[in-house]
Amino acid sequence: MKISVNGEYQHVEAGSLHEVLTRLGYGDQAVATALNESFVPAARRADTPVSEGDRIEIVAPRQGG
Amino acid sequence: MPVFYGTEVSSRLMLGTAQYPSPQILADAFRRSGAGIATVSLRREGAGGGDGQAFWDFIQQLEIPVLPNTAGCHTVKEAVTTAHMAKELFGTAWIKLEVIGHADTLQPDPFALVEAARVLSSEGFKVFPYTTEDGILAGRLLDAGCEVLMPWGAPIGTGLGLTNIYGLRTLRAQFPDVPLVIDAGIGRPSHAALAMELGYDAVLLNTAVAKAGDPAAMAEAFASALTAGRLAYDADPMEPRNMAEPSTPVIGQAFLE
Repeated sequence: MKISVNGEYQHVEAGSLHEVLTRLGYGDQAVATALNESFVPAARRADTPVSEGDRIEIVAPRQGG
Repeated sequence: MPVFYGTEVSSRLMLGTAQYPSPQILADAFRRSGAGIATVSLRREGAGGGDGQAFWDFIQQLEIPVLPNTAGCHTVKEAVTTAHMAKELFGTAWIKLEVIGHADTLQPDPFALVEAARVLSSEGFKVFPYTTEDGILAGRLLDAGCEVLMPWGAPIGTGLGLTNIYGLRTLRAQFPDVPLVIDAGIGRPSHAALAMELGYDAVLLNTAVAKAGDPAAMAEAFASALTAGRLAYDADPMEPRNMAEPSTPVIGQAFLE
């Protein structure tokens, strides 16, 4: 399945957003996620299905002004 | 000290965490400034990097409240989604709401800003809007649920200071009971002192400290300027006048001609 992760297309075999994060190696990192430009809370990742062509954003704390 | 959404902060300085030469210098700058709030952001994270967690652990050691921003967002949807992500990661309902209207000037989009503020306030967020000194826009933001306003002094990163003193003074007079923060454009401690003399409650800055030759010393200079400016405001400064008037008494002067 081809999906976009942080703007880059990748092939990932996963049924849920949680599985995508696990397969890509995010593990227990402090990240927040959005699927197709909509926020998905951490507690909802396991029951959020991911489909071909979906766009996923994975962000983390950074320096800011 | 200023009270934002029922929380009193420990300083009139809100300091950004970006662009410092090193984490140690960032920590030194915060220590010497006594800043009451640290601003932070969210950016894309690579797998296995752990940079975000390390930064977050570091910032938490400062032991001051954080104010996440929506920097770089250009639409209501982008800003609202970013706010949701920030709330989950930083564990706070506070959000510095930036909705940028033009990529070159970094001027806020006033229409999208009001709409995003309305959406987020209705969801329980405590919105700190990055806005202009426009008084009508300020009223709309208050109607949308904001209890703090953060007008720019000058465009982000310019360091030009307070470019519309008349407008900022008018805004202060128009909303005497609303916490007002000068956000963006401050380049030198004298600009921060002037903001205090105008009766503003706090200033938010980043580049002026982080890009100074000695950021920690500059941070302390800003803290001193804020103290001086606020003390002056509370002391009721004299009104300027156009004509000279001797300060030394004229009566009793010896006649020596």
